[in-house]
Amino acid sequence: MTDIAIMIIITLGALFVLFAALGIVRMPDLYLRISVTTKAATLGVGMILIGAAMYFNEASITTRALAIVFFLILTAPVGAHLIGNTSYYKGVPLWNRSKVDDLKNSSNGPPENEVRKDEPQRPQGEQTAE
Amino acid sequence: MTIQLYLQFVILPLMAVTAILIFIRFLLGPSLSDRVVSLELLMTTAIGMICVFAVVFDEQNYMDVAVILALISFLTTVAFSYYIEKQKRQ
Repeated sequence: MTDIAIMIIITLGALFVLFAALGIVRMPDLYLRISVTTKAATLGVGMILIGAAMYFNEASITTRALAIVFFLILTAPVGAHLIGNTSYYKGVPLWNRSKVDDLKNSSNGPPENEVRKDEPQRPQGEQTAE
Repeated sequence: MTIQLYLQFVILPLMAVTAILIFIRFLLGPSLSDRVVSLELLMTTAIGMICVFAVVFDEQNYMDVAVILALISFLTTVAFSYYIEKQKRQ
């Protein structure tokens, strides 16, 4: 009975990771690819880890699996935000059918001001307050 | 059908297909950021693959490898984004 449950959970996890791989191949844009990577792959690997923890059925393995899941959930948005922010400021183009671009008029935006003499970590709130 | 056989002959080929698809994006990717994102997804897939191997071989110590790989995956992303940002300024 437990084996059936473990098989179902691990199969669902592997399918989620496969959908993430299909998304990263098929998506038209870097930022949409980052979105796919962050959500689907984290859920899939979390389900695989929960299946492995159910298989071993020990406290130490369950602790390790939960630590990995917690760390993945904690760090996946941070890494995605870092790489997305950096590549936007480097000038990676958006998809041509993207509607919203909130950083277009930002102070340290990518395309127009190539020579950026002001300090790089200028807060965004100053620009919106004007 | 035991769970080891099922994982070894159904799940592991599925994850191999997954890794091949991600590697296609790693080769195609137009910018450097695409390659970094696909590398991060590849390492996340490797964590899941190591856990499946831990169940297949009934070896508990493989979970430690998954912990270390989860730590290194985040550090890789942070370091690559730092260097991409440095690359622009010069």
